[in-house]
Amino acid sequence: MTPGDISAFAQGAVVTVALSVAGILIGLPVGLGLALIRWARVPVIGRLVALYVSILRATPLVTLLLLLFFALPNVGVPIDPYSAAILALSMNTSAFNCEIWRAALLAFPKDQLEAAMSVGMSAGLRFRRIVLPQIARASLPALVNEMSLLIKVTPVLAVVGVVDITRAAVRIGAETYEPLPPFLVAVALYAPIIYGLVSLQRFIERRQAAAEAA
Amino acid sequence: MIHDFGIVWDQRGLLMSGLANTALLSVIAAVVSLLLGSALTPAMMSRRRAVAGAARAFVDAMRCIPFLLFAYIVYYGLPSLGINFDNWSAGLAALMLYNTAYMAEILRGAWAAMPREPIEAGTAFGFSGVRLFRRIVLPGLVLSAGPVVGNQLIQIIKDSAFLTIIALPELTHAASSIQSRYYVPFAAFITAVALYWGLCLVVEGGVNVLRRLADARR
Repeated sequence: MTPGDISAFAQGAVVTVALSVAGILIGLPVGLGLALIRWARVPVIGRLVALYVSILRATPLVTLLLLLFFALPNVGVPIDPYSAAILALSMNTSAFNCEIWRAALLAFPKDQLEAAMSVGMSAGLRFRRIVLPQIARASLPALVNEMSLLIKVTPVLAVVGVVDITRAAVRIGAETYEPLPPFLVAVALYAPIIYGLVSLQRFIERRQAAAEAA
Repeated sequence: MIHDFGIVWDQRGLLMSGLANTALLSVIAAVVSLLLGSALTPAMMSRRRAVAGAARAFVDAMRCIPFLLFAYIVYYGLPSLGINFDNWSAGLAALMLYNTAYMAEILRGAWAAMPREPIEAGTAFGFSGVRLFRRIVLPGLVLSAGPVVGNQLIQIIKDSAFLTIIALPELTHAASSIQSRYYVPFAAFITAVALYWGLCLVVEGGVNVLRRLADARR
């Protein structure tokens, strides 16, 4: 590997991590918002959210990405590869996050809400002080799991020209006619990130189980 | 816009063969990886630590590699070791091997969560070895792991779309080629999305049937 290859991988790693973080940071609150709309049974919009989630969960990220990247300019919305990548990632992950948040909301004990209401808390305060801290705790392992799944699908973003770890590996492989070594380097870059998230998820689950047992 | 969908309708043969390939790839990959996974599961639960460790290492490694990168390694990387594939065998092999790890992990989880009593009762009635597994363990395992395996099948369907990068003529590839030939991106890809959705709804329907069956037996 030449110094140029190493810097290509380093830049690719920065892009992969930055896009993943952007997808996670947008997908988390959007997923929560969608879950709240369904939880509150907002007429019509609640149904539309259910439909959105069902379709998005069934759509491969490549297909969604190609749709956004080629169809948006076609209807007069110019989009560059990086914005299309972030949009596709956050749409995809928000659908899965919505289901995770919703499961926690559905399992939330009603008596606590009634108690909060009886001491005169407003709806916003009830949500911020009573509901959110508890559903965040309950959803955390599943959300971390979803983050590791998100990183695992990011190599697809290279299809529209995003220069991430995978794209750097493909390019170096094409230049040297030795595709295997750069792919193995790419594996060595992805695996610790994903393994770190998987371990974090196991750690949180174990700590919560221990806290419940105590 | 109506005109665009007209073009996609004219190309429906291409899309349908893409859909058929996606379904075929996913089902073959799911069945084979389930079989390979069920062979790997006993290895993961083995009392010999070397065997259990090796099985565990394979499963964890697969779960830490992005599928697309794995497909690249199989298709572009292995030929430099003298193993040559066409894109069909490479895509199918990648899907099968990758999901073997996930299936093994799913089965291991279901096995570990199984109640001990039926197995002990089976042993008491003189079942052992393969017969114990086939008659006592397996039916319960299929019913309890079934829904999770169904979810994994949906994951396989979505992973199979990645194989468009090695020019395998599956659904996303068909939509891509229609869009590049006629420049109808919205109509082509939204149709593909609808077809994926339909495919996943069929799998979800199957999972619900299995879940009801399991509830009835309980």
